[in-house]
Amino acid sequence: MKEQLKTNPYSEIVRSEPFSRLMAKKKRFIVPMMLFFLVFYFILPIMTSYSQVLNQKAFGSITWAWVFASAQFLMTWVLCWLYSRKAVEFDRLADQIKVESTAKERKAG
Amino acid sequence: MNTAFLLFLIIVAGTLVITYYAARKTKTTSEFYTAGGGLSGWQNGLAIAGDYMSAASFLGIAGMVALFGFDGFFYSIGFLVAYLVVLYVIAEPLRNLGKYTMADMIAARFNDKKVRGVAALNSITISIFYMIAQLVGAGALIKLLLGLDYTSSVLIVGALMTVYVVFGGMTATSWVQIIKCVLLMAGTFIISLIVFAKFDFNLMHMFDQMRTATPLKEAFLYPGNKFTNGLDTISLNLALVLGTAGLPHILIRFFTVKDAPTARKSVVVATWIIGLFYVMTLFLGFGAAAFVGKDVIVKANAAGNMAAPLLAKALGGDFLFAFISAVAFATILAVVAGLVLSAASAFAHDFYGHIIRKGKATEKEQVRSAKLASVGVAIVSIILSLYAQKLNVAFLVALAFAVAASANLPVLVFTVFWRRFNTAGAVTGMLVGLISALVLVIISPNVWDPTAGKAILVGTPLISLTNPGIISIPLGFIGAWVGTMLSSKRDDVKYDEIIVRANTGIQETL
Repeated sequence: MKEQLKTNPYSEIVRSEPFSRLMAKKKRFIVPMMLFFLVFYFILPIMTSYSQVLNQKAFGSITWAWVFASAQFLMTWVLCWLYSRKAVEFDRLADQIKVESTAKERKAG
Repeated sequence: MNTAFLLFLIIVAGTLVITYYAARKTKTTSEFYTAGGGLSGWQNGLAIAGDYMSAASFLGIAGMVALFGFDGFFYSIGFLVAYLVVLYVIAEPLRNLGKYTMADMIAARFNDKKVRGVAALNSITISIFYMIAQLVGAGALIKLLLGLDYTSSVLIVGALMTVYVVFGGMTATSWVQIIKCVLLMAGTFIISLIVFAKFDFNLMHMFDQMRTATPLKEAFLYPGNKFTNGLDTISLNLALVLGTAGLPHILIRFFTVKDAPTARKSVVVATWIIGLFYVMTLFLGFGAAAFVGKDVIVKANAAGNMAAPLLAKALGGDFLFAFISAVAFATILAVVAGLVLSAASAFAHDFYGHIIRKGKATEKEQVRSAKLASVGVAIVSIILSLYAQKLNVAFLVALAFAVAASANLPVLVFTVFWRRFNTAGAVTGMLVGLISALVLVIISPNVWDPTAGKAILVGTPLISLTNPGIISIPLGFIGAWVGTMLSSKRDDVKYDEIIVRANTGIQETL
């Protein structure tokens, strides 16, 4: 088993510095963002189901429930944009890992 | 000959021309299942939107907003936010690990007949439920619009979807979806613009008028007209936001692009379009409530499905009515074609290609089995739809979302993110999710009602939840976890391979 771990090229990549950096970067970005949008999303049905607070008027006849509902749309678009921006960094690291691994393969092969 | 009929014919002719050209580019297995993987991010984004915005969204949500106000809008929000789950968690690993089907992604880690078989079974179940919903809706709609009877309407739609998929494969399906997306956005934009103009392009004014425009009066603007049970509302929202990431007909769209960055771009494009569309459902709903009126909407269809076409008629006369009806028709065609393809790929690629032939089928046999499976899936769905005429369409769609969220999502997530996860966990997770969602629906008020004729069977439901999500989704995760823990199997080397491939796009050849 140990032998196999040593020779497996994927396991080598997993232990490499750029790959751990990529995974750490992804985790630091994706986990908090996911938690944020899931919480933000479920607050709306929870509040409308168990309280009347959102029925108060925000602007004219528009209640806070509608404001919160529109905020869900904005939130989705903003998080989409943030992810695409951040993903450029992920792609760069992924490319670096890919280049290094193929170079190593060639040397070994 | 009336305008609606003429526009229907133009759509049929146009899509058949697309299919003719697509057929010339559909020779190999990869061309059949993924259009050769050569779509751009924009094209696939439009196609995802076209695949996703079903008649249930277009006609159903507009109707629900018109009849219930705020509560109808919950669907719009859930259907949209769901794309964040697709973008952040599913799209890129799926593209990097899979080839033709959702089962491919799971089988990339667990190369096991049981895992692939159960994953394929889930894909087929979800796609067929979803397809019956679309065909029943299509039958009712065409009957109403063209005066054809229900059976012929279902047969026409069924025949067209079969022709697109069998001859044009994914290329024809994608282009039908792209064109439908453009038509649907154009149609809803025109109506929304006219509605907004009637309110002097002033949102405050629009909400002011809606306070008195409907029989619900002020309550129209408040939540709680449709969803009165808090737990049920949260359950529905859970299924909506987590279901999309497990819908096989959406997931297979990611195999039509060349790599993960393009898959990501297509989700972003789709999210923008779908978001704009769901913003417009508000104008459609408000417009229908104000300018058509509840009584007329309910008289045409009790569930409110005719709100959008009737609004078009009230605003723009017969031509706009015909145009919107034709758009609704195109919408149905695009979605059912995607569904046939996803169910057929699960049959032909997973069951026949991998389980029966053990991956040794020749190219020619694979294409032939894919086409045969498409015909088979289409025939089965058409027959089921003919018997399902009386079923509530929204119920079938919600069921498909709940099964997708309970049976597929937990296993897709654990495949990429959990090192200890194993074959036993994958099989139990998928089966527990599937069976619990189905059983919970069978004992729910969707199936049982004490008043005869209100549901499928007469009697008291065992649970009060209409949407099983809040119970079945956690059960899916727990099932996958318990199954994993009960088995001692653990493969760290394989997991290393999976996370490297999922996160970098390095292929198996390494």
